[in-house]
Amino acid sequence: MQDISLHLLDIAENSVNAGATRVDIRIVEDAPGDRLCVEIRDNGKGMDSATMRKALDPFYTSKPGKRIGLGIPLLAQAAREGGGKLVIDSDPEEGTCIVATFMLSHPDRKPMGDVDGTVRMLQITHPEIEFTYEFMRQEE
Amino acid sequence: MKLKPEDLDRISQRMKATTILREGAGRVKITVHMGTCGIASGARDILSSFLKHIEETDAKDIIITTSGCAGLCSHEPMATVELKDEPPVKYIDLSVDKVARIFDEHVMGGQIVKEFALAIGSERIS
Repeated sequence: MQDISLHLLDIAENSVNAGATRVDIRIVEDAPGDRLCVEIRDNGKGMDSATMRKALDPFYTSKPGKRIGLGIPLLAQAAREGGGKLVIDSDPEEGTCIVATFMLSHPDRKPMGDVDGTVRMLQITHPEIEFTYEFMRQEE
Repeated sequence: MKLKPEDLDRISQRMKATTILREGAGRVKITVHMGTCGIASGARDILSSFLKHIEETDAKDIIITTSGCAGLCSHEPMATVELKDEPPVKYIDLSVDKVARIFDEHVMGGQIVKEFALAIGSERIS
């Protein structure tokens, strides 16, 4: 993936496939703390704790007939390479929240890319789902 | 971050276009494959290109949506075009130029662009 907005699109498509009716995307650019935080929260079917642990394994997928699931592992790798990490919180009753953090100034952090365009595409192609997008910038 | 009046105008125009596209219904359904493999191969540009053509022609009878991986990752980006009462046609190895032809000839003109379609024998049994 060339930029973070493409990862975001990929994870949001997972939310769509998980039956979410609402997907909240939140990005916080914290310059004083040298931190970039990308959060995707949905109200889809969620994962139990065993599935959640396996979600970071690229050779695991919950999709029938498939052998690999690269979306979350690729975002986790991008976060690690950008000096951050990925955290998953999920509950079968409530949905899933994926938070990827990056060091804002890290030379290997991927560029943000076109987040506005990505959210607009999600809104157009899935009119039955409510997408929200919040961007916060904390400046020095 | 503070918004200026011109920002609000821009958002308003963009949302108007989005609303028109969300209300598309009827004659044609375009599905862009948006699995991880598709996105990594450029599916967002393909979707963006289809949206641009729909907006330019002001067509209101086209549904555009996405799907997951179709199992032919090496042929991504892919899209499926389905005209009402006709079988779906899966297009493979797409580019923005190919999308322009598919939109003109198949979506608007009803003629399948055979050279870009998935041919018999291109699927491998592993």
